[in-house]
Amino acid sequence: MAADSTLALSLVEEFVSGLQDSKAKDAAKGVKDGKFTVLQLVEALGSSLTSSQPHTRARGVLLLSEVLQECYGELTEREVEVLIAFYENRLKDHYVVTPPVLKGLKELTKCTNLPPGSAVSMLRSVFQDIHVQSLMLSERACVYSMLINIMETREAELKGLGADFVFGFVQSMDGERDPRNLLLAFQIAKNLIHRGYDLGKFTEELFEVTSCYFPIDFSPPPNDPHGITREELVQALRAVLTGTPKFAEFLLPLLIEKLDSDVQSAKLDSLQTLAACVSQYEHKHVAEFLQGLWTAVRREVFQTSSERIESAGLAALTALTSCLSRSVLSSDSEDSLSTFLDFILTDCKHHLCEPDLKLVWPSAKLLQAACSASTRASHIITAAVMPSLLEQYNNRTQCSHRRTLLEVVQRFIHSVKNCQSSDNDESVFLAFREALCSIVFSALSESNSSLQITATSVLTSLAQQAGLLLESDIELALDHLTRLLLTEEDDRVSLAVVQCAGALAQLHPALVISKLIPRLKKEMFTEPMNQDQGEASELHSHHAVRQRCLSALAAVSIQPSVVQESTPVLLEVLRSAHTGDVSFSVDEVVLTCRSLQRIAEQVQDTEEAGRCFHNVVIPRLLSLALQAGLQGEGSSGAPSPLVEEVVLSAMVPVISTSCSRLQPTLVGQTASRAVSLFLDGDVSFLPDNSFPSHMQLLKKQEGDSWSLSQLVCLLMGSVCSLPRSVEVPQIDKLLSALEEMSCTCSHPLSYTSAAKCFAGLVNKKPQGDSLDSLIQRTMTRVCSELDSPSSSVRTQAFTLMIWVSKALLLRYHPLFTTLTDKLFSLLDDAGLGPMAADGFSLLMSDSTDVLNRACHADVRIMYRQRFFSENSAKLVQGFNAAPQEKKPNYLKALSNIVNKLPKQVQVTELPALLSLLLEALSCPDQDIHLSTLSCLEPVLVNPPQVLIQQLEALINRLLALICSPAMSVRIASLSCISALSYFPVHEVLPFRARVLRALAKPLDDKKRLVRREAVQARGEWFLLGSPGGR
Amino acid sequence: MSEGTRLENANPVIFQRSGDRVQTASEEDEDVHDPIDDREIFDLIRSINDPEHPLSLEELNVVEQLRVKVNDAESTVGVEFTPTIPHCSMATLIGLSIKVKLLRSLPDRFKIDVCITPGTHASEEAVNKQLADKERVAAALENASLLEVVNQCLSTRSI
Repeated sequence: MAADSTLALSLVEEFVSGLQDSKAKDAAKGVKDGKFTVLQLVEALGSSLTSSQPHTRARGVLLLSEVLQECYGELTEREVEVLIAFYENRLKDHYVVTPPVLKGLKELTKCTNLPPGSAVSMLRSVFQDIHVQSLMLSERACVYSMLINIMETREAELKGLGADFVFGFVQSMDGERDPRNLLLAFQIAKNLIHRGYDLGKFTEELFEVTSCYFPIDFSPPPNDPHGITREELVQALRAVLTGTPKFAEFLLPLLIEKLDSDVQSAKLDSLQTLAACVSQYEHKHVAEFLQGLWTAVRREVFQTSSERIESAGLAALTALTSCLSRSVLSSDSEDSLSTFLDFILTDCKHHLCEPDLKLVWPSAKLLQAACSASTRASHIITAAVMPSLLEQYNNRTQCSHRRTLLEVVQRFIHSVKNCQSSDNDESVFLAFREALCSIVFSALSESNSSLQITATSVLTSLAQQAGLLLESDIELALDHLTRLLLTEEDDRVSLAVVQCAGALAQLHPALVISKLIPRLKKEMFTEPMNQDQGEASELHSHHAVRQRCLSALAAVSIQPSVVQESTPVLLEVLRSAHTGDVSFSVDEVVLTCRSLQRIAEQVQDTEEAGRCFHNVVIPRLLSLALQAGLQGEGSSGAPSPLVEEVVLSAMVPVISTSCSRLQPTLVGQTASRAVSLFLDGDVSFLPDNSFPSHMQLLKKQEGDSWSLSQLVCLLMGSVCSLPRSVEVPQIDKLLSALEEMSCTCSHPLSYTSAAKCFAGLVNKKPQGDSLDSLIQRTMTRVCSELDSPSSSVRTQAFTLMIWVSKALLLRYHPLFTTLTDKLFSLLDDAGLGPMAADGFSLLMSDSTDVLNRACHADVRIMYRQRFFSENSAKLVQGFNAAPQEKKPNYLKALSNIVNKLPKQVQVTELPALLSLLLEALSCPDQDIHLSTLSCLEPVLVNPPQVLIQQLEALINRLLALICSPAMSVRIASLSCISALSYFPVHEVLPFRARVLRALAKPLDDKKRLVRREAVQARGEWFLLGSPGGR
Repeated sequence: MSEGTRLENANPVIFQRSGDRVQTASEEDEDVHDPIDDREIFDLIRSINDPEHPLSLEELNVVEQLRVKVNDAESTVGVEFTPTIPHCSMATLIGLSIKVKLLRSLPDRFKIDVCITPGTHASEEAVNKQLADKERVAAALENASLLEVVNQCLSTRSI
């Protein structure tokens, strides 16, 4: 024990006299390890604490405080009591001793076993003996942290202190200037308010001492290490000011005053604070300030200079109105809501009727903001405003005025929609139903397209008001929509009509089924009149009508019940197109498939919808495609459009979307049906079953006929988009059949689809030996074909290889590297070199039909970056080693890869590859030019230093390319040149004259698009370095 | 414009902007020659900023497509512009901006003629004469402060 006290003594000696700060740590360690207690340390400190030198005393206290910082958790209650008494006493000491004393006290407040009453006495002495604002920054922080700590643990005791505590705090924070400390002080104030401390007569003082910082004006110094933002301070202060209704009488006048400020941020802050505070208030708190608040908010919205202030003002008005609507009225008080709404109506209503409609928007916005606050407010306002708006509409004759009024009406309906609660109130607009319907229908019958568009959106809003429109209204509306759909040529109108029909179909499926769909069907199946001598324009308009009908059918099909009615129509179109009963162009057939796809994408995933697609649509599609394929083989007449590649490619997404998102239980069934159809020729599930038995769809067809073999793409659609939980039946047999087909078939669509299908299955096949051996086997076969230059199926083998590589790249399979090496070696191949270079673009881009996330493929994040970082060096190496005539392949591969990388990565990676890319710009291939330019362009926005160093070379090459024979290259190079003008002026100015001269030529280019780009670029370069320019 | 000078026409009527030109299939066809037409010239000048207002000449209806005449074969362009008010002191400046924009944007084979729509400005003749005089246009562009205003009119607005 004696040895220990000497240890303590020596530590004290070294710390106090020797000024060795590290000894505090050793002392703390000593206490922690139990070598000596804190009280023994105090004894050891004895002489330094009683020294006549204040600095020595301060040093002594500092040691004790630092020890406490480490081991406040281990003190007994007795020790704490003694230490507090000691520290309280020391507060009266010389001012240099105060900082360590405060530090010690702060550490003691963290103790969990603070004796009762000690917190209060500690605070009393601090408030009594210390003038906080004359302390240094860190000591002030100490005091605030003390308060925060005690408030956490000793709430009851502090509340016993009554308003004295509030007063003490107000005094100590009064005049605080440092943002770090302010954050702490605001936190204390917020705790005071939110935890129900008694503010007593110091409410106003507390408000004053915090509100003097409002609105916060603070911009952090550059490189601020503390990272305090203005927003943090604003939020902290707002939490204080808006915390209690007791501040209302002080805060509201302050806000009115600050709203008058010229500083934008002050206005914004005031409006946001207003919106926040009234959520706590009742009407009696705001009653006397209503006029002032309204005037201020109105001014901000009417004379707005920024959208943020306007929307903040409107939000504040909504909050204020809903505060007034919330309050319970007593019998003797006046109804402050109606008083307030009266202000608004008197000031705004007449603007809605002014002849020039100049202030109509701000007024309408204000009214709508109030309207959206509560049902009561919306009743009062609509009752006052709607009649005059409707009357206005009927009196005006100018279309633009009518449109404006209609838009205002629409916003009103929309704003009421926001506030209507779930209770079955009847709609606010019930009284105006008839008048509203009549103006909407009259607007729909006008010839002005923007009026029609607005009317459709009003109609949508009206329909969304629960219980407003009658069935007869909807029927009439559907009639109008159908008429517009069939006659209106304007694309914007038909888009709006289609959207509106979609919205109506959501709400009234039965009416859409009975009214709209039969009309559309009839319209689609009428042949264009006098087909033989029919003029081109008439045929064209008939096509456009069909197109609109198809998109309308897709748009209304969201509810499963509607889907059950609309899909048969679309399937009927496909059937008629196939049989030739009604002539549909290939375009129309493709659009029909797109509509089916859209329905599959948007329909609610219910059992009903799933059955519709899996049991009706997909079998129908397969059956029709099969019929067309069989017929294509035999007949010599006009081929069915369903054998066209575009049509089949449009059918694939219908199948894959329904397999990937509708009803996983039914998906398995569809998949096994598709597999057994293709492997075993099982046609039992197809409708119109008149197919020959024992078809071998995946085997080599007789005479290499492609019309059946290409159907493999439909198989791909179903088996490659299954959720991973669904297993593909007979997968091994399927895989080998696909491999065989992709390596032997000579029809591009067939072998590519087979390869894609194979890859899609490989991508999802579980990791393991069977997968590895499968890949090995395929690789051996592919390589043997590729390595024999005389082989007739090298292209096929290459296609299979590139798709398998993609499948493996996406899932980070280790065998991928062997495939990449093969791919790189092919860049030197005489025949396949260019194809290999293009293959890189396929590897790096998202495929639309297989191997994407929508198909539940195994796609790891950032696979592109990974591929790039692993292979860019190889590519550069290969480029340097390659013979001159093979170099373009490497450049093309490189630009294909870089092109698909995310922009951020491009910008960082580009400098290393810049010389290669510049080389690419001067090689003769136009595709390389284009893809390189598209890599360069985003980088030019923020040019790296390397690029600026190579500016001369870059400009030379770009200027050479503006005479390229390919128009897209000319356009891309011109837009790069335009971007160059934003480089640092001193770097590009020397080139100005030369660039301007060179740009004179493309001004007379034969293509308008090129000229447009040239004008843009030349304009920018003219402004460069010119007064008033840049 | 220094602060505090009163705008001559403080509250002009604003017209709707026409949309971007619809791109046609023949414009994307490499082999077709697209002649320079009225709309193309109009597209060049419609986005020029007004010297006084943060609006384009099109929005103020100073330039209209039907007042643009171009003959690609004979290499002539004629543009008539309409000042918002008959005493507009900015007429010369607007005309100069249009002229400069066309000079910068058209091949030099074109003869460019910019003038005021007949009967819409008090000193129509004087302005037309100034704008037609090559020497005076060149001299005006030597003047740095004039060039500065013209360049500001021709800068693409950053909104």
